[in-house]
Formats: sequence, C-alpha cells, structure tokens
Amino acid sequence: MIFRFDHFREALKSPSERRNLRNGILFISPWLIGLFVFTAYPIIASFYWSFCLFDGFSPPVWVGTENYRLLLFEDAIFWKSLVNTLYMVFLALPVTLSFSLLLALLLNMKVKGLPFYRTILYLPSIAPVIAVSILWLWMLNPEYGLINHLLGFFGIDVVGWLIDPKLAKPALVIMGLWQVGGGVLIFLAGLQQVPAHLYEAAEVDGAGALRKFFHVTLPMLSPIIFFNLIMGIIGYFQYFTQAFVMTQGGPQDATLFYALHLFNKAFLDFQIGYSSAMAWLLFVLILFATSIVLRSAKKWVYYEGAGR
Amino acid sequence: MKTRKVTYSVLGHGMLIIMSLLFIIPFFWLVSSSLKADQEIFTRELRWLPSKFRWNNYREAIEYIPFLRYLSNTLIICFANVIGATLSCSLVAYGFSRIRWYGRDAMFVVLLSTMMISGVVTMIPVFRIFRGLGWIGTFLPLIAPSFLGSAFFIFLLRQFFMGIPLELSEAAIIDGCSELGIYARIILPLAKPALLTVALFTFLGHWNDFMGPLIYLTDNSKYTLAVGLQQFLGQHDAEWSKLMALSTLLILPVIVLFFFTQKTFVKGIALTGIKG
Repeated sequence: MIFRFDHFREALKSPSERRNLRNGILFISPWLIGLFVFTAYPIIASFYWSFCLFDGFSPPVWVGTENYRLLLFEDAIFWKSLVNTLYMVFLALPVTLSFSLLLALLLNMKVKGLPFYRTILYLPSIAPVIAVSILWLWMLNPEYGLINHLLGFFGIDVVGWLIDPKLAKPALVIMGLWQVGGGVLIFLAGLQQVPAHLYEAAEVDGAGALRKFFHVTLPMLSPIIFFNLIMGIIGYFQYFTQAFVMTQGGPQDATLFYALHLFNKAFLDFQIGYSSAMAWLLFVLILFATSIVLRSAKKWVYYEGAGR
Repeated sequence: MKTRKVTYSVLGHGMLIIMSLLFIIPFFWLVSSSLKADQEIFTRELRWLPSKFRWNNYREAIEYIPFLRYLSNTLIICFANVIGATLSCSLVAYGFSRIRWYGRDAMFVVLLSTMMISGVVTMIPVFRIFRGLGWIGTFLPLIAPSFLGSAFFIFLLRQFFMGIPLELSEAAIIDGCSELGIYARIILPLAKPALLTVALFTFLGHWNDFMGPLIYLTDNSKYTLAVGLQQFLGQHDAEWSKLMALSTLLILPVIVLFFFTQKTFVKGIALTGIKG
C-alpha cells in the first residue's frame, strides 16, 4: 500500500505498465482536479485563516490562536450553540435511532403489504427539507396547528412549540422522527440478512422473543447500528437547515445550533477567520466523537466471520 | 405457544398500521391545508377536510412567485448534475477498478478518506474560489463540482465495476479496443443499474438542496424552487394555504419519482448502508 519511489521507477520500465499508469491517471483526472480544488486547497486555506483576522476582503492578518481564544473564552453564544448541538447528539440521536430500529422490526414481521408500509414510512425522509420544515412550522403552529388541535382532545391547552425555549428542541426532535426512513431501510436490510437458523437454534434452547432480540437480533445488527450511529453523529453535529428555516435560532437562542452560528459568523458578519476556527473546532469534535464510537466498537460490534 | 404467536402478530400489525397512519397524517394535513380557504385555515376547531376544495390556491400560489422560472432553474441544475455525476464518477471509478496501475490502491485510500472531511471546513474557501472566478449568482458553482466526481458515488460505482469479469476487458483489448472504448461499449451498458442509482440520488439531492442555492444564488430570477419557497415564507409567513400548495408542488415530484424507481431506491439505500 505504501508508495515507494524505487518500486515506482522499476515498474515504469515496462511499456505496458507505463501505458496503464497514464490511462489510470487520465481516467481519475476529474477527481484529482477536484481533490486539489475542492478538498486540499480549502483545507489548507481554512486552517490558515483560522489563525487570522480576515473579513474576506482585505488581506488576512496573522493573529495566532486569538480566534480560538475568543471562541472558547469570550463567546457565550458559541457555548450555547455547542450545548444545543450536544443536546441533539446525545438526546435526539438515541431517540431517533431506537425509533428507526423499532419501525424496522415492525416491517420485518413478514407482513402482507410490506412494500406499501415501507413506502409510507420512507417517503417523508426523501421529501425536500425546506418543504418539510414549512409543513411542520404549520403543524406546530400554536393556535391553528394540527398537533395542538389533537392535543386539545386530551385537554392539553395551547402549547407554544417553537416559541417556547423549553420546547423548541423537542419539537425539532419530533419532526426528526418523521424523517427516519433512510435509517429504517438500512436496519431492515440488515434484519433480513440475519440467518433464520440462528433464531431456530435459539428457539430450540427455549429462548423467548425478548431473549432472541437481545441475544440474536441485536448482536447480528450491531454493525448496522454502528453505521447508523456514525452517520447520525456526523449529521446531528452539522444540524442546520431546519433551524435556519423554522426558528432562525430562536426563541432565546434555544435552537441556535453550532452550524447556524457558524453560518451567521461567515455569511452575515463576514468574520471569515473566526468562522474558519469554528469550522475546524467542529471538525475536531466530530472526529473525536466518531473515534470514541470507533474505539468502543470492539466491545459491542460483532462482525460475522471475524471471530471474537 | 401458538396463541402467543398470534397475539404478537396482531400486536405488531396493529402497531404498524398506527405508525403508518401517524406517518401519513402530515402529508394529509399538507394537502388538505393547501385546499382550504383562509377562514377554514385560521380556525380553532379541527377540520380534516376543506368544506370546498379551493384549487385556486394553487393557481394563485404559482402566480405569486415566478414558479415556472424557478422550476426550470431547478431542473436545469438537477439535469446538469445528473450528467456531470454519472459521467465523471463512472470515468473515475473505471480508473480505480478496471486498470491496474502503480499507486492506484494508495490513491483509493485517499479517496475514501476525503469522505471523512466535513463540508463545513471546506465551505468558506470553496465559496471564495467561486467568487474569484466570478461565478457567484450563476448556476456554475452548483453544477461544476459534479463534473469532478464525488467520492461516495465513485466508491459505489467502483464496487459495481469490480464485479464485472475481467475477461470481458481482455477479450476487447485483443480485438484492439482502447480503454475508452471498453468503458463506453462494455462497462457502461453493464453498469446501468448502478448508474441509475447514482443518477437518481444526484437528481434528488439537488432537487432537495437548500444550502447550495442559498449561498450561491443572489439574483431572484436565478432562484431554485427550494430557495424561492423559503423567500416566499419570509415575505408571506401567514399565507399558509399558499405555502402548503407550494410545498405540495415541491414534494409531489419526489413522491412520483419514488414510485417509478422504487426498486432502485431500496436497493441503493441497502447497498450504501451495508457496504458503506
């Protein structure tokens, strides 16, 4: 795997090797250009800017770690946005994941009309976020929204979902539950690959439904739980559009998430250096969180054929 | 034992039906609200259906915003991306799977690792590149990146190309076919299902995209439906029936597309989840 120049030179002595190398590079050249323009240069630039005072117009001025210091010690809103974001990662994500697993288990019951149910549960997740946000803005309307109409039947009076700082985040979580379809399908595909003989063997040993779930289904599904968990962490750390459209961060900054704060700093305040520092910090946070999950994986993720 | 099984299945079925109902209700509310007159929208009593279907809401909503222009903008962006992504990703995937060259696998590791890099980090410099090119306010920043491939789709296609027997290529080389010829005449036709998955997800991704057009489109006449809808929300936030009508019009094509391509969808999702 490691590139060695002497091997490389040796390989290039044969004309067919040379031709293959030329063709290979030609075929991947679109991506190579993209790698430099859209990945390598931006990474270097934003890393440099994160140590600069830079408004995007006049040339960047080196200020060392000043941006990071301001961020960590002076920006109260930054901490608020971080706490809001961690709320989504630690509370919304587990709830969403368990809910999608539950739906996948229901779909896996070998019921008649599976494609029909599957379609219904999946469709909300591919609807455009902007349309979904507007629909839920209306559903959560305190006075005329459907949710409060329905709660009225249970004698619950007007709930100010998105205008109450305590309820704004839970409201977004509820909306998120409606859009779990992608994860459900991935779980379902995993459930369908669990070999039937494992369940049969467990039944012979006298295992009930609960035991079968915890001792067969969950271990066999753990690689997929792992995958969904990682994707969920990456996604929730960057939670943006719904808050941008529905609440603009309000009420009282209750839904001011990290990515939204970053967006405001970059595109409204033109604090390019500051927002680059924020972006790098977010990237480090995501890497840190995923690496913790990755490290814990040895203890709970079971790969068939890998032995234990 | 038997009765217990029956109980489980009845319970499961019941829950599935309840869940499906819960999932359908928002869609139902969307369409029903889009057809209501204002006095039925703003009422404290629950009305599932409008007393009279007010189809005029749709006509008025479409006339409120330059709907057809937004629609054609959106479609131009979507189709340009579909062409760009299928073309570039399949070429790159070919280079990563059907030709053996020195350093290929090391480069492939680089490709995989770029998937880890968060778009948040690259967003601002990329914006400035496009500004330097004078592309802000045009469709180009929303289209050009697709022509340079996307790591995820390249990965997906490469996995598919690896499964095509190498003998086919060898036979073609003996017949004097070039690599480009093998790519166009042998691999592409065989990879249609995988290409369709890429095309579908690309189309959907850009139909739904909000952040990209929000950042790059400055001129009202260049807006896509998603940004146009957000702008409409900002200006007329109490016109709920029209907002619902426009949202319905944005969601409907996605649903139609899904019904026509269900198999590709379900396979694609499962593929990405398990192989990813």
